[in-house]
Amino acid sequence: MSDHNGTWWIWKVFWILLVITGVEVALGIVKPEFMLTPVIGTSILNIVFIVLTLIKAAYIVQIFMHVKFEKKGLKYALYLPTLILIPYLTFILLTEGSYLFQ
Amino acid sequence: MASSAEMTQEENNWGGGSRPLGSRYGKLMMWFFLLSDALTFSGFLTAYGLMRFKFESTWPIAENVFTHFPGLEGDQPLLYVALMTFILIMSSVTMVLAVNAGEKMNRKAVTNWMLWTIVGGFIFVGSQAWEWYHFIIGDSGAVETVRQEILHIYNEEGERLSFSQVIHGMEEGHASNHGEMFTKAEVLSAMKSNEGMYLMEPGKAGEAFTHERSVALLEAGDVVQGANMIHNEYGQKQFANFFFFITGFHGFHVFSGVVINFIIFYNVLLGTYERRGHYRMVEKVGLYWHFVDLVWVFVFTFFYLV
Repeated sequence: MSDHNGTWWIWKVFWILLVITGVEVALGIVKPEFMLTPVIGTSILNIVFIVLTLIKAAYIVQIFMHVKFEKKGLKYALYLPTLILIPYLTFILLTEGSYLFQ
Repeated sequence: MASSAEMTQEENNWGGGSRPLGSRYGKLMMWFFLLSDALTFSGFLTAYGLMRFKFESTWPIAENVFTHFPGLEGDQPLLYVALMTFILIMSSVTMVLAVNAGEKMNRKAVTNWMLWTIVGGFIFVGSQAWEWYHFIIGDSGAVETVRQEILHIYNEEGERLSFSQVIHGMEEGHASNHGEMFTKAEVLSAMKSNEGMYLMEPGKAGEAFTHERSVALLEAGDVVQGANMIHNEYGQKQFANFFFFITGFHGFHVFSGVVINFIIFYNVLLGTYERRGHYRMVEKVGLYWHFVDLVWVFVFTFFYLV
């Protein structure tokens, strides 16, 4: 963290996380009608939730867990397994899950 | 002489001289543990998604399940869990501040921020216990048919009724049973005497039954209140199983995180890291603590929002 002065960058991420969570909760309570239109098997609202979650996760991993400032080797060692295996598992369950109702 | 310079470089690379990951042993091992833990949690959450897809019509809608807020009456969907999320994010922030202070060898600041982190962790675990308590004790009560399907009671206006409202009437009864237990006979006689009451499946695309069919279903079935591993008044019982398992596994992570944080905090107080000359232990436990927050971000989305 030698490239940072003070603690402003920590509080910046805190406010980002707080605002995103606030938006998520507000959307979850209000559930705007236009966002409930179905797309690719779910609703726009759910996709918005998932995208916001991934943004939050990226901030936590990159800044709080400091991965953004690590060496390239460590970044690949952490990102490749997660970014390949988790979407792969999701994909398998989504496609094979279609057998449930047959 | 160029070839000899290349030679030294080569010896360095193969002789263990270079540091391709630029990280120390302890931190690397913490990262690889977290990596495997991340895959474990993603397995749980995708399994949850699959079961939810399979039992769509009877899967409870989370905002109808977790509606309590301490000190407030009535429905407060998402509010409590939002507060829990805020507490965990906050304690993650104090953890970064502790790590940051550790790099500057500022012992007093590390002590201070570690203490706040531990306090935040305790509040979170306590909040989870409170939520489990309300989940287990139940809210409105439901009818379980002989085929173990869960159905909720509605009146002619389409409002969901609690057992308390079914038996004591809309004015006298409470929207929540508040731990009061009712028998099948009481609910059945109240339902028979009110033509408007009917049963409906709890899920997003739930089916509704006629009054006559509803009475017949209750006569053959039973009433359930609260949730455990066998019965679940909120809907499909796998929901309760997944809830206990995933939030329980996460809660166990938080709890062990608090314990490890406390050990590190104690060592900071003793001056162990001051003597060692670095606060790398704070950084490692910090990674674990952020991971707990990271998992909660996903649990929050897939359990409570989606």
